[in-house]
Amino acid sequence: MYKAYIYIAIMALTIFLIRVLPLTLIRKKIKNKTLRSFLFYVPYVTLSVMTFPAIIYATNNIWSGVAALVAGVILAYKGVSLLGVAVSSCAVVFVIELIIKLM
Amino acid sequence: MDNKFWYKKGLKDGIPIALGYFAVAFTLGIAAEKAGLTAFQTFIATGTTLASAGGYAGISVIAAGGTYFEMFLTMLIVNARYILMSCSLSQKISPKTSTLHRMGVAFGVTDEIFGISSAVSGYLNPFYNYGAMTVAIPGWASGAALGVLVGNILPVSVMSALSVGIFGMFLAIIVPPAKENKVIMGGVIASFVLSFLFNKLPIIANNISSGMQVIILTVVIALVLAILFPVKEEENDV
Repeated sequence: MYKAYIYIAIMALTIFLIRVLPLTLIRKKIKNKTLRSFLFYVPYVTLSVMTFPAIIYATNNIWSGVAALVAGVILAYKGVSLLGVAVSSCAVVFVIELIIKLM
Repeated sequence: MDNKFWYKKGLKDGIPIALGYFAVAFTLGIAAEKAGLTAFQTFIATGTTLASAGGYAGISVIAAGGTYFEMFLTMLIVNARYILMSCSLSQKISPKTSTLHRMGVAFGVTDEIFGISSAVSGYLNPFYNYGAMTVAIPGWASGAALGVLVGNILPVSVMSALSVGIFGMFLAIIVPPAKENKVIMGGVIASFVLSFLFNKLPIIANNISSGMQVIILTVVIALVLAILFPVKEEENDV
């Protein structure tokens, strides 16, 4: 069973290196304008790519996922907090799936 | 800015992450149990890796009895997006941040913690990340361990509802800046459309892993935006 711990150690070390090297090696402000702009856009693009279409396939029913997406966008647009949007999306899925089940 | 203030803020913003993690990790725990890992091993594995896709991929390697090199290579590819995120955060923290704090922040670079850290205005204080990690890591690791122990404790309807929590949080991060900045808005829409296409085109969906798709789309879209709409110094100078 010690083999499992070797696997786990390799997992943890590799992932840590991936995360730690850029953060410790890049210590200065990057001067290149394109590279700076690229890094500025990365969070928005990568979070968008991960959110859609994954959100509509995450639930038991595609329509509850769509409803969660729509509700999330509207609430976030209105400036509702992180926790508020997250909890509301979950609640929307729960209610919609309950309705679908009752229909 | 005061470390205590940022730590508390991190704790608060970490709560939805912890809840979402708990649900996602739970399903990861079920996979770990099938791969023959104990609850304790799963707790250690998830608590030290903090990666969903990475965790699944690692457990599949263990389940298949893959080689250690295979494990290393799989981790490198599936988690490569963290390289981008860490590069992005290297510009978000103060250049004066010590190596130890850089390592502390690095340990907790997950999709979600990266998301909330990017949304902070001004330089990122490492204590904000520590706050989020304080709730998120136990949520993640205990969810997975519990998944191993008690398979289906939560009703299917609750699991389904919890599964969108993470995405709701992402929306809360990307939508407000998109409202203020037309380029970001365009970027978000383009990302949605292209990601949907990648997901639907069989030639891509069947041949490129979802982790790889995220990397390709992120690099291409962010690069095009950077070339077409370079940001002004003050806008980027956090």
